[in-house]
Amino acid sequence: MISVHLLLFLAFGGVAVAGAVNLLVQRHPINSALSLIAVMAALAGEYLLLGAEFVAALQVIVYAGAIMVLFVFVIMLLNAGEEERTSGSRVAILFGVPGMLLGSLLVAWVVLRHSGTEAVAVGALPGSPKTIGQMLFHEFLLPFEVTSILILIAIMGAVVLASKPTVAGSPPKKVND
Amino acid sequence: MVPLSYYLVLSGILFACGVAGFLIKRNIITIFMSIELMLNGVNLSFVAFAAHWKVLAGQIFVFFILVVAAAEAAVGLAIIIAIYRTRETLNVDQVNLLKL
Repeated sequence: MISVHLLLFLAFGGVAVAGAVNLLVQRHPINSALSLIAVMAALAGEYLLLGAEFVAALQVIVYAGAIMVLFVFVIMLLNAGEEERTSGSRVAILFGVPGMLLGSLLVAWVVLRHSGTEAVAVGALPGSPKTIGQMLFHEFLLPFEVTSILILIAIMGAVVLASKPTVAGSPPKKVND
Repeated sequence: MVPLSYYLVLSGILFACGVAGFLIKRNIITIFMSIELMLNGVNLSFVAFAAHWKVLAGQIFVFFILVVAAAEAAVGLAIIIAIYRTRETLNVDQVNLLKL
């Protein structure tokens, strides 16, 4: 007998795997980006099944929202077209696809064979924002502050890298030339 | 009730798809998206282990991975814009020289 939980797991997992495969098959980057958004939404469903409400919300807001918007924005900014196949990519397909199948089969076999396979109950762990926040600001306070510095450095790096290059010593060019 | 191993298999499949995309794809933006797919696969296994052993630290780690992924996306996409500005291509096969 199949429980509702397993059914939901299979549905979300099927969407996630289909999106991941579609990301590989599509040649236009915007299609790949949209299928990656589908993968992330399906994973948010899996997180809800595992009782991690806060992580599920973060997944939708930060990953599917902020990060993927950045990706789509850059794809449209650079006017990226379909990628062309080269000899390097043919070799990569020749070795990559069988390697991927072999690798995932091996992982699946090992995990299914050598695990206790105890079931994970729905909402076995309260992953509410309150408990997460309490842990984040007590036990993980130092890593939290370090990540804020990391974000600051990333902001400055992104601004420096994406700004127009100027020749050293010369004044920055006018915008309208 | 879903066994833990099912979640791990799903996370392994997503990670393998990410690795394959990283190797097969030639568009630098799609390669970058494959890295995000790998990070997502790892996140799923973190949350599954957290729920299995009832240790909330696993979800905190997902939070930190999310922050690192956001920082990486910002810097990486800025680098992609800089590469496109100097070379006018997004194909990694044509970006094989350190100097212009």
